Order: sequence, then C-alpha cells, then structure tokens
Amino acid sequence: MDQVPALEARGLTKHFDQVPAVNEISFAVPQGSIVALLGGNGAGKTTTISMLLGLLLPTSGTARVLGHDMATERFKALPVMNFSSPYVDLPGELTVTENLKVYGRLYGVPALTARIEELAALLQLNDVLKRRVRELSAGQKTRVALAKALINAPKVLILDEPTASLDPDTGDWVRGVLSEYALSSQATIFFASHNMLEVERMCDDILMMKAGKIHDRGAPKDLIQKYGRASLEEVFLHIARGEAAA
Amino acid sequence: MNTTRVYGFSFTRVYAMALRYLYLLRRSPMRIIELIYWPFMNLAVWGFITAYLRSNTFGITQAAGLFLGAVVLWEILIRSNLGMTVAFVEEFFSRNLGHLFISPLRPHELLVGCVVTSLVRTIVSLLPAILGLVPLFGYSIFDLGAPLIAFYLILSMFGWAFGMFIMAILIRWGLAAEAFAWAAMFAIMPIAGVYYPIAALPDWLQPVAWALPSAYVFEGMRAIVLEGVVRSDYLWRGLALDGVYLALGIAIFQWTFHIARKRGLLLNAN
Repeated sequence: MDQVPALEARGLTKHFDQVPAVNEISFAVPQGSIVALLGGNGAGKTTTISMLLGLLLPTSGTARVLGHDMATERFKALPVMNFSSPYVDLPGELTVTENLKVYGRLYGVPALTARIEELAALLQLNDVLKRRVRELSAGQKTRVALAKALINAPKVLILDEPTASLDPDTGDWVRGVLSEYALSSQATIFFASHNMLEVERMCDDILMMKAGKIHDRGAPKDLIQKYGRASLEEVFLHIARGEAAA
Repeated sequence: MNTTRVYGFSFTRVYAMALRYLYLLRRSPMRIIELIYWPFMNLAVWGFITAYLRSNTFGITQAAGLFLGAVVLWEILIRSNLGMTVAFVEEFFSRNLGHLFISPLRPHELLVGCVVTSLVRTIVSLLPAILGLVPLFGYSIFDLGAPLIAFYLILSMFGWAFGMFIMAILIRWGLAAEAFAWAAMFAIMPIAGVYYPIAALPDWLQPVAWALPSAYVFEGMRAIVLEGVVRSDYLWRGLALDGVYLALGIAIFQWTFHIARKRGLLLNAN
C-alpha cells in the first residue's frame, strides 16, 4: 500500500475579496523528502503554507497533512508537525529554557527535560539556555526557533525562509542541521525560500509558484537542464520574468 | 504524545499557557509592582475619603463598608477582566500568536489558560491592598462573610466573559483595538451600580443595569451592609447571568476565530 503523502494539495484555492491568491493548485509531497516552494513576492507561497498549517481556510479544494484535512481536522496533524519563520517570534521576556518548556508541554512532549538537553546539545544552545530570548543575537534566536520547531520531533516541518537574515556561516550550519534531521528521522521538510543556493543544496524537489499557480516542478538539476540555464537562480528569474521554457 | 486529554481538552496545554504567563510575571518585578500599585492606590484614596466622611459625621455610618466594599468588588471585576485580556495582548506584543495557533493548543484551551492566569494575577494584585485596608482603615472585606465567595465568582466570571469578547475584538482588529482592551470594562461602570443603587439610574436605563451580573453583586453588597440581609436571589440571578455571558463570550471568540481563519487575519496577528 502506498504511503499517505506528508503534504497534499488538491485544487487548493484561496481568494481574498474575489482576487485569487492561490488558484487551484495540486501537488503531493512524499514522506521523508525535502521540498522547496519558490516564487517571487505575491506568488502565493505564504498563502499556501498558511493553508497547509491550518491557519487559513481555503476558498475551495483541500490541504492535507499526513492525510488530515487541515480545514476540518487540523488537531490530528498539528501534534506531529511544526513550523518556524523569522517573522514569528518567541516570547522575548522568557528564557530559552522557559520557552522550550512551554512549547514542549503544548506539544505534549514526553521526558521534556531530556529533550531540551538533547536539542541544546544539537543546536549549541547550552550557553544561552538561561538567557532571555530578546537578549540573543539573530543567529542565536534562529537556533532557538529551530529548537522550538524540533521540540516535538515533527514528522513534517514547515519553514518559511529558514535562513533569512543569517550570515552565510550560520545559514550553512542551519542547513546542515536541517538536512541531518530530515535524514536521521525520515521527516519531511517543506520550506519557502528566496535563497537559491540553499534550495539547490537541500532539496529533492522544487515547486515553482507564479501568480497563484504551480508553474513548474522538478529536481533542481532537472529544472536547470529543462530551462537550459546555468543555475537555479537563473531559472527562477526566467520564470519570474515570464519567459517560456527552453 | 503524553497529554492529559478530556474530549479535545488537555490540562497539560492549559498548564503550559498558564506557565507561559506566570514565567513572564516572575521575570518582571515591574509587572508585579504595577499589578499591586493601581488597586492599592485606588483603595487608599477611597479609604481616606470614607475616613473623612466618618469623621465629619455626614450621617453615613456605614460609609466605610459601602465605599470600600464597592471599590474592592469593582477591582475584582476589573482585574479579572484585565488579567485575561492583558495576557492575550502580550502575545501580540511578543509576535508569538503564529506559533500558538499552529501548535495543538485549541482555542478553548487558550481561553482557559487565560482564565487561570487571570485568577493568579487578580489574587497577586488585590490581596496586598485588601489586607492593607485592615490596619490602615479598620476595614475588612471578609466581614461580608460567605456571600463574598459568590460575589467573587460572579464578578470574576463576568470579567472573563467580557475578556473573551475583547479577545475576539483583538483577533479581528489586532493591536489597533489595544486601547479598547484596556478601557472597555470601564464603560459599564456608570450602570454597574458600584457606588450608587441601580434605582438611582433613569428608569429606561435600569433594565440594562439589571442585565449585567455585576448589578446583583453591588446591590447584594449594599443589602448586607445597610440591612444586614443576604439576598441569595441576587446571587443566583448573578450566577445565571454569568452562565449566559460566558456562553456568549466563548461563542463569539470561537466564531471570530473561524472568521479569522477564513479571512487570513491570523496571518497578520503578528
């Protein structure tokens, strides 16, 4: 029997005041894969991710996570998924440990203290565990956000620009941690990014969005070859500027 | 995952939310000082006014009981309400709502978490001022006896119900409605019968006042202080009205949450 997809959109549509932000997109992301959602500003990435998280109800169609419809039964999927975005903060007045304890309990994590120690070691957070989140540097905050996103050892991890505002070294380190996590836990990672190098390095598959639709899909190398370009960035620009495939 | 679940309700998640707000309180001595400061100042001012009225024999022998009792009960209502809405406003300021709403935390668990926080904040806020009244002005709210428990319950539940309504407004309009969150409860003060009986209001306004649970508490308090009578009918009516307001508060919050998911308001909540 085939495994249920980690993520699945079927005819997924969202209109805001009759204006389509996402227009009848369909795709499936197999379990254990790393898939990127690419597209220019206003392409519909955030809207798509929001529907997959259950934060936004579709106008029509369905968004499913591990087979659960996120419009009607999101509480069946939410305990085994997680999310991180540089645009959503953790409470700055709380220490790193306090934040992780709160979220650990929200996700019902067993042996929470041991899990926090494990994540602190993995993400090099031991020195900052007792510090307030607001006092941390951008790189440290990203690592804390990642610890929160991994607190429940999610089967599905959704990320919005995971390395935005990080220096190249920290960005590279974060990509390494994520790739290692996906490999070791067979988790699915689905992320939106504007960093083409990141996408090329991490992803098995790419969904290219444009004007609310899935414009193209494929492995990074296949897309580069298909469009006859030298890099994924050139492919992105090619699609964003509305030129036809080679 | 190991959570204590009862029909889609997890005590562990409620505890997590209460813990989140209590960590915040513990981390910030200024917040605790502010919590205690306002009720204490309010009660001190009214304490001196009533002491003045008594010493000048204006014929209001029960002035201390009437005014200070009213202020303490009003503070219970206000603190219960603010304890809930301020906790929610904190989530906007910390840009944390996105994380909460994609966690397994259900909207009704968030509400209960805020209620628990409100209970703790109200006690921390009011207990020093209430105890301070005894040595300073020779007044103890506990002289009201067992009905005080019912008064506390009625006012707290009304404050929470009103808080849920304000939380719904915050979800709909975000921090643009922050000022409303702080001030909304004060809007009922003129008709709540805090310092004067409901009968002092114009005839057309009295039914509106009696539709609020708080009216039964303040009238009940006056019946005890002035007549020495416990009006249990007032207590039951107040509690019954609370049931209606709580059901309305929960329904409005849940409905607004659904609308927010439809319109994408949760995306902008940060």
